[in-house]
Order: sequence, then C-alpha cells, then structure tokens
Amino acid sequence: MSAELPLLSLLIWLPILGGIWVLTQSKENEDAPAVKPIALTIALLTFLFSLPLYFYFDVSTASMQFEEKLPWIKALNTHYHLGVDGISMPLILLTTFITVLVILSAWDVIKHRVAQYMAAFLIMEGLMNGVFAALDAMLFYVFWEAMLVPMFIIIGVWGGVNRIYAAVKFFLYTFLGSVLMLIAFLYMYKESGGQFGILDFHQLHLSSTAQTLIFLAFLAAFAVKVPMWPVHTWLPDAHVEAPTGGSVVLAAIMLKMGTYGFLRFSLPITPQASQELAWLIILLSLIAVVYIGFVALVQQDMKKLIAYSSISHMGFVTLGFFIIFSIMANTQSVDIAAMGVEGALIQMISHGFISGALFLCVGVLYDRLHSRQISSYGGVANTMPRFAMFAVLFAMANAGLPGTSGFVGEFMVILSSYQANFWIAFLAATTLILGAAYTLWMIKRVIYGVIPEDKLETVGRLSDINARETFILLILAIAVLFFGIWPEPLQNVMHVSVVNLIEHVTISK
Amino acid sequence: MELICTLIVFLPLVGSIGAGLFDVTRKTAHRLTIVSVGTSFFLSAYIFKLVALDGILPFSNNSSNVLTLYQWMTLGKINLEIGFLVDALTAMMMVTVTFVSWMVHIYTIGYMKDDEHNWLNNSLAGKYSYQRFFSYISLFTFSMLMLVMSNNFLQLFFGWEAVGLVSYLLIGFWLQRDTAVYANLKAFLVNRVGDFGFLLGIAAVLMYFNTLDYKEVFLLAPSLENLNIEIFPGSEWSAITVICILLFIGAMGKSAQVPLHVWLPDSMEGPTPISALIHAATMVTAGIFMVARMSPLYELSSTALSFILIIGATTALFMGFLGLVQHDIKRVVAYSTLSQLGYMTVALGASAYTAGVFHLMTHAFFKALLFLGAGSVIIAMHHEQDMRKMGGLRKYLPITYITTLLGSLALIGTPFFSGFFSKDAIIEVVHFADTQGRFGAGFAYIALLLGVFITALYSFRMFFLTFHGKERMDEHTKEHLHEPPFVVTVPLVLLAIPSVFIGGLALETMLYSDFFKSSIYIMQEHQAFHDYHGVVSFVLHGLTQPPFWLALAGVLTAYFLYIQWTELPALIQARFSTIHSILMDKYGFDRFNDWFIAGGARKIGNVFSAIGDMKIIDGFFVNGTANVVGVFSQIFRRMQTGLLYQYAFSMIIGLLVLLVWFVHF
Repeated sequence: MSAELPLLSLLIWLPILGGIWVLTQSKENEDAPAVKPIALTIALLTFLFSLPLYFYFDVSTASMQFEEKLPWIKALNTHYHLGVDGISMPLILLTTFITVLVILSAWDVIKHRVAQYMAAFLIMEGLMNGVFAALDAMLFYVFWEAMLVPMFIIIGVWGGVNRIYAAVKFFLYTFLGSVLMLIAFLYMYKESGGQFGILDFHQLHLSSTAQTLIFLAFLAAFAVKVPMWPVHTWLPDAHVEAPTGGSVVLAAIMLKMGTYGFLRFSLPITPQASQELAWLIILLSLIAVVYIGFVALVQQDMKKLIAYSSISHMGFVTLGFFIIFSIMANTQSVDIAAMGVEGALIQMISHGFISGALFLCVGVLYDRLHSRQISSYGGVANTMPRFAMFAVLFAMANAGLPGTSGFVGEFMVILSSYQANFWIAFLAATTLILGAAYTLWMIKRVIYGVIPEDKLETVGRLSDINARETFILLILAIAVLFFGIWPEPLQNVMHVSVVNLIEHVTISK
Repeated sequence: MELICTLIVFLPLVGSIGAGLFDVTRKTAHRLTIVSVGTSFFLSAYIFKLVALDGILPFSNNSSNVLTLYQWMTLGKINLEIGFLVDALTAMMMVTVTFVSWMVHIYTIGYMKDDEHNWLNNSLAGKYSYQRFFSYISLFTFSMLMLVMSNNFLQLFFGWEAVGLVSYLLIGFWLQRDTAVYANLKAFLVNRVGDFGFLLGIAAVLMYFNTLDYKEVFLLAPSLENLNIEIFPGSEWSAITVICILLFIGAMGKSAQVPLHVWLPDSMEGPTPISALIHAATMVTAGIFMVARMSPLYELSSTALSFILIIGATTALFMGFLGLVQHDIKRVVAYSTLSQLGYMTVALGASAYTAGVFHLMTHAFFKALLFLGAGSVIIAMHHEQDMRKMGGLRKYLPITYITTLLGSLALIGTPFFSGFFSKDAIIEVVHFADTQGRFGAGFAYIALLLGVFITALYSFRMFFLTFHGKERMDEHTKEHLHEPPFVVTVPLVLLAIPSVFIGGLALETMLYSDFFKSSIYIMQEHQAFHDYHGVVSFVLHGLTQPPFWLALAGVLTAYFLYIQWTELPALIQARFSTIHSILMDKYGFDRFNDWFIAGGARKIGNVFSAIGDMKIIDGFFVNGTANVVGVFSQIFRRMQTGLLYQYAFSMIIGLLVLLVWFVHF
C-alpha cells in the first residue's frame, strides 16, 4: 500500500527545511513574533501528514510500508531507503504529535532567540522521524548523530545554570556509544558483501563471536540512550538543565531511540547473542525498576525525580523485549512473548505522553516561580485547582493506574514476565508500590496541604493555568485516557510486525 | 437487558463527569448525580428481580449471563475484553452498592452544605468542593459497579484500582489538612502492597489458564488441582494455592485485613459520607466479594482457605479490642468495620462464601447507618468527633438516637435483627469447619466468640457515651444542638429498615436455597447449611448458643461501665496501663511501618542516590574518566610547544626508531 506521495520524506524534510526557513526569518528582529505561527503551522502540517501513516497502514503484513528507495552514495552502495512497519510507525506519530505540543508550550515562555528555539525543535523533529524511518544503516547513523546537535544546542543555549556541564555530558555519553555502533555497521557492511540495508543485515548468519561483539557494540550505543543502569547518570543532569521543551522531547522521544535500536538491530541481527546475553539485559532492567525506583524516592528536584522515574519505566521496555527467550523456552507461546514486546512498545508510546505531560507540568510551575525544588512548593491546589487536577491525573498515570495508558504496558510486561520466571515478575511488580510512592509523595508535597506561611508570597500568588496550557495538558490527558481505556487501536497495528520479529529471532535462527 | 445493565454502570459516570468537569451550580450537581445513581438503583432492583429471583439469564435473548462490551486487546488466542457477568451474586452486589450509594448521595446534601467553612484562606480548591464531592462519589459508584459486574480479571483489576483512586481522592478531600493528605497517601500505598500480590495472582491465572475470562478459568480449574509448581527452589506448591494466596493478598489490602489494615482507621480523615459508603459498606467489601466470586478456585485449596481463616480471625478479634479505647466516634466505628470484615473473611475461609456475602450485605446496611448516624452527631456537634465532649444527645437528636440504636443492635447480633442471622451463621459454620478438621478453624471459633462480646462492649460504650449520661459539651455547642435536616435523617431511616429486617427476610433465600446457583461454588462436603426450619426456630436455636449470651454480657458490661459506675473505666485503665498503652499504640503497627518501611525506603533511596549514583557512577567512573582524559591531555599538551626545532628533533628520533625496527625485525 504505497501512497503516491513520498510521505516519509515529507515527514523528514518538511520540518527540517521549514526549520531552516524559520531560522532565516530571525535575522533582523530578535523577537520575531511572526515565527511562532509559522513554526506551529509547520509542526501541525507535519502532524497531519503523519496521520495517513496510521489510517492507510496495512495491519496484515509485517513487511515495510510506505517504502522509498533511491541510490545515495554509489561508491558505498548506500541508499536513501525509508519505510515503516508496525514498530516504527507509532513512534513517528508520537514524534509529530509531541512536537506540536512542544512548539505550543514554548509560545510565550521562551523570550530570547525564539526563532532559533523553534527551528531547533523542527529540525530535530525531522531528524528523529529519519531515525525511525531509515532502512539503510548509513542513513540511520547520519540521522542518529545529527539529532544530537539540535538537542545539544537546546540544552546549551536555553538551559539552566549548569547547562554547559549537562550538554557536554549528554553529548559525550551518547556519542561514545554510537561510535561503537558505527564500527558494527562497518563490519556488517563487509560481511554482507558491501551493503548497508538494515533488512539485509537481518538475514546475515554471523558467527557467535561476531554476534556477541556486535551485540555489545549495539548495547553500548542503545543502553546509553535508553538509558540503562549504570550508564544513566547523564539523563537527570540533562533534564534538570534543559528547558521544558527539551526535557519533553528528550523523555518522550529520544529515550525511545535506544529501545527502538534494540528491536531494529540487536534482536534481529544478533539473535543468538541476544539470547545468550538476555540475562544481562533483564538484570539491568530489573535494577532500573527497583534501584532507580528507590533513587527517585529521595529526589528533591521535581525534574530529577521524573527523570529517574523515566529510567525506571524504560526498564520495563527493555525487560519486555528480552524476556521473550525465556517465555518461548517455557511456554512456546508466541502470543505471550508478543504480549511482552507489545507491552514494551505500548509502554514506550505511553511514557511519551506521560513523561511529556509531567515535564510540562513542572514547566508550568517553573515558569511561574523559577524553582524546580519540591520544597519551594506546597498547597499548590489552593491557588491552581485546575492545574492540580491534571497533575494528579498524570501522576496516577505515571503510577500505572488502570484506565490510563501507563497501566497497559506495565500490565502486559508483568503478566508475560511471570511466564518467564516468577521472581522476574515479582521484582518488576514492585513498581506498583515504588512508582506510586515516589510519584504520589511528590504530589502530596507539591499539590496538597495548606500553603505554608513563608510561601504566601510565592505559592499564594500563583495563577492557574491559562487556556493555552490547559489545552496542551488536556490533549495529553485525552491521549493518556484513550489508550488506557482502549489500547487495541495501538496494539493492533504492531501485532503482526512483532509476531514476525519474535519468530525471526527465536525460531528461524 | 443489555441496555439496562450498561445504563446502570454508566449513568453514575455521566453524573460524575457532569458534576465534576463542567461549571455547574450546587443544585445541578446534586440533582444530576442523585437522579443518575437513583435510576441505577431502580434498574438494579429490576435486574435483581429478574436475575436473582426469577432466575432469568439477562443477555443474548435470555441465553447467557455474559455480555462483551468491547475488545480491549487481542493477543492471538488470548482475548482481553471489557464486559459484564450478571448472575445472582452480581445482582445482589449491584442492589446493595447502588442503594447505599444513593442514600449517601442524598445525605451528602446535608452533610456538605456548609463545606465552605472547612476551607481556609479563600482556597480556590474549596470553591467547587461541593460539586467535586458529588462527582467523586458518583465516580466511585461507577468504579464499584465495574468491579462487581466484571466478567474477567482485567476489568476486575480496573475496578479494583479505580475504587482505590476514588478512595484516595476522598480521604484527601480536605486537602488542606496534613492528616488527611497523610492518610490518603498511606491508604493508596498500603493498598498498592495488596495490589502487588493481586497483580501477580492475575499473572499466575494467565500463566496456568491461558485466559483471564472468569468462566473459562472456573471451567478449567478442577483440571489444575494437582498441578504443583516450584516457587522457592526445593519446595512444591499447588498452583491453585499460589494463585489463591496471591489474589487474597489483594483482598487483604482492599478489605483491610491484618497486617494491611493500617490504612482504614486513618481513612476516617475523609468526610463521613464516604466513610459510610466506601470505608464501610462497599469498597472494603470488594475483597470479600472477590474471594466469593473466585469460590471455584478457593474450594480447591484448603491451604489458602486456612490462611484466610487465620488472617480473618486475627483481624476480627484484635481490631475489636482497639475499638474499646478510641475516643473519636468515627474511629470506634472504623475499628468495628475492621473487625466485621474479619468475620466475613473467616466465613470465606470456612468455605461459607454465602454466609460471608450475606454478612457483607447486612453489614453494608447497618454499618452505613452507624456511620451516617455518627455523621449526624458530628454535624450537630459542629464537627466535634471526640466522645468525651458528647453525652446526653438522646433528647436533642431523637431520630439519630433511635436509628443508631437500631444499627448498634443489628451490629451486635440482637435476635431478629439482620446482623444476628448473618453473624450467627458465620459462627455456626466456623464451628462446623472445626469439626471437619479445617486447620485454624478452632482458633477462629474462639476468636469470633470473644469478638461477639467485644463488639457489644465497644458498640454500646460508644452508644452510651454519645447519647446517654452527662452532657459534656460546652454551652455554645449545646445551644445550637438540634436534629440535622431531613436530607440527613431520611437516609438514616431508610437504612434502618433493611438493617432491622433484611437478615430475617433473606436468610432462607441466601443461605438455605439455591439462590446463588452457579455463581458460588461450594464442595459437597464443605456445605454447612442444610436443614432450615424457619426464622423463628433459627432464633430459638440462637438463644441457646454462646454468642447471644456473650453479646448480652457485652451490653451489660458497657451499661455498668459507662452509665452506672462511670469512674470505673479510668480505674481499669490505670490498673492495666500496659495493656491500655499497647492498645492506644495500635499494637505498634503504625510506628513500625513509619520507622522500618517508610524510613527504611528513604534510607535505601539515599544510599543508592548519594553513594551509588553520585559517588560510584558519576564520581568514580564518569568524572574519573574525564579526569584521566584531562591528565593525559595535560601531558600531551606540553608536547605541542610550537617550536620548530623540537618537532624536527622528535621526527628524527622517530625515523631512527622505525629504521632500527625495520632493520632488526
């Protein structure tokens, strides 16, 4: 079902070129108020163009759809090859959706270098779509690395006090990992007789030593992005220093690149090594859930707390991916293994909404009082009841309450991991307690109670969220509730691709 | 009847959304919710008549009692769906829930009328508090109906957590009070500990049955009876026992069984109407309902049943003791609720699910009545809850006085009152289970008998302290003492009627006939209720049994201690000060949890954060690597001197080295 319009190219180049055009609009006038509607229009158009991906998506096949393939560098035999399956398509929609909200959230908050700010996000949107759509390893690598640049700039320019330390830490951490990935690509280029097609890589029969080395190289690249314990410490710093929009994109989309990498590269290219080293990933995932859960509990900075909560939630994603081997060994049930992987994928999408919303909520408070410390607040519900309602809703979603999207993924991963091993499910399920504890304890200290005497001048004078802020949070609330009440539209599109992947990885080795 | 059942569930949701999310007046809010919940009640009563009394199957042209609303998710052969299972058990729960909820809605008009006085400093959160309260209790009704009407474990878990959410919101309703927001967090987290087990139980169900649908699970259950699994290396467990105990851990959280009971007394921080609705009549009985619903599973595991029996008996007795020393009128009723939930749990553990559910129903009416009665006293006393400042209220609040008396009589098990039948049935059946050799039943029997005395004692202690004796309130309060408005008293009267009569009326149907049909399964040899000779002979038999005399002794003791020799309690307290302080300390559960669990978790978090993340990972590895790179670059930087002769010199040295290397090797 290939559409006549090169949709994927459009989704990549419309925001990139649009972003560049926005950038050119800023020369004379620093404030450039006109760029805001332009940027919003570009983001909205991109979002609209991404919708056909969903509505014209053929759910009955696991092969790539909306494919585009042109020769790129003849000498290297690389191609400009794009395409999506049930795994990448929802992530592109997430990207286009979140970008609209991010542009909107910056509306009257970002006061200096507005055009550059908007442009950075638009360009980043295009690059991220490129990462999810690329089917050529070289192309993927280019998008993957290029994406770091706008984020580096966003943190470095519009960030907080310690922004340079955070930006450099972010850049070095993620860059070091990806260099190893590039080496793996080059090795496979040689092995496959001189091509970079990702789908061709999937068909390679590599020796077990080669698989292990490639798996570890990929792990270095992806584990940093996810991020997995113990290479996670860049994330809280990056979040704390990043402006609200940066945090939202980082948490909602960029972290998913790492887990997407596991699914697109590690599992299908190195199935044997994945099986042999699955215990390691499961162990690191459980450490993420439990250890990071405890770390989140004692954070004093709201953004740090949500950042740690993100790491903990992403642990479910990696867990869901790598328990498939034990499940297949125990039950031979592809359905249950698919439950784990789909749960993980739904967790990725849902975490995009929820963490995005939570960072926006912190942003709302930060814009007003310029503090992220929990101790600067107290009794916010007394002055901002409407905001309080959203904050409690998203907190509940973060704690995995049924009826919100946060529940669906965790539920599926816990249920399927039970079939791998009781104790894995046991440790994973501690998130029910820990997740509720750190999220709701923060809510208690920030939202509830009377306004303390010494904060009457600050918290006591807060104004409730305005129409624009309400709109953004409302849209996210609807998304969170919709997929919590009815996840089938989301799960249905990924099912065939996931089953195909599991069969490829575990059966047809 | 598909439409009717759907309406029953979703009308309260519509009411809740209407009252909560839109800018409506107080009048619109309470009218909308009361009409929608009231309609739900009448429709439920209609369904009850058709399904439970006439035995009609409600769906698909009377051929099925299962209805699928929509597909939540499909995973190959596993279908996860949202739907209803409406049988006698469900129908009974639906009527109970909607009726109590409806009464509480009406009562709330009176109770929350002056709610603006409960908010300080012009808080905006207090502006729509009245509407919000109605929205919450309607949302609760919706959630509870989803829970009881579910036909699968997924939706059960949804309802289970959704009622927990509303409970959280309502305990913390007066969010300016530190105690309230402490209590609601505590309630949610303790419930989450239970849900932790519950979710693992559901995961186990999926593992061994490959479905989450009730009917399929129950059908397959007997074939798994002999399946053993290894959880801890080297010890074999029956899979059914593991499932049952895990699910029951969930019930321990929701139905507040020791040691997960600690949240319920604190939940009294919420407004009284919700104490009646959520923390007495409905939500806390969800655990009881769940076990009864799962009877085909529990019947297969005597280990799990014994576990339930012991937990329930412990709760019934030891929580009753705590009711003896409380001064807060609501807390007395709260501990009484804990103790009565223990009775219901014991019934489940003795395989008498019908008796457990029977007590659940009678208790829902008289305990809601007692709470609303306490609330009526609290309104009259201007939100004073300390019984030491009450006394002699009988003449000021005649309706409250009489209805509370009726409720108390029902609670302690006075013959012909509804509590008598349900409680006697439980005690009988535990005795029966003991003769059958069920482990723990002997202990449970003694605990329940002692509990009867304790129940009567604390109930009438509360009753006498509140309504009789010296008037201990200040002059100002006394001047304003009067019966609350009719929106408060009418629900009291309407609840008093079933509190008195429902037991006798439903006794034969629920215990001695095939009322529950396939909805509750009891093995032949576990069935205790055989020969029925009518209500009167049941009562006459009861008069010869110890519970009746123990209850009488309890009332008399209360009379002597709190009416006759009022100095005596203080003397007893001084004489047994150790015991008294243990009771006041609530056996130290709260202290232990605050210190060990909450404090311990914070300590672990701090260690992980400060040492694991900051010192080891960031300090040693990350910044360490950066420092090493820095050191080396310092060294290499020295070489970049920019002096041509140095570069030339090192070039020549290098060439020489290479030359030597090539020549020699």
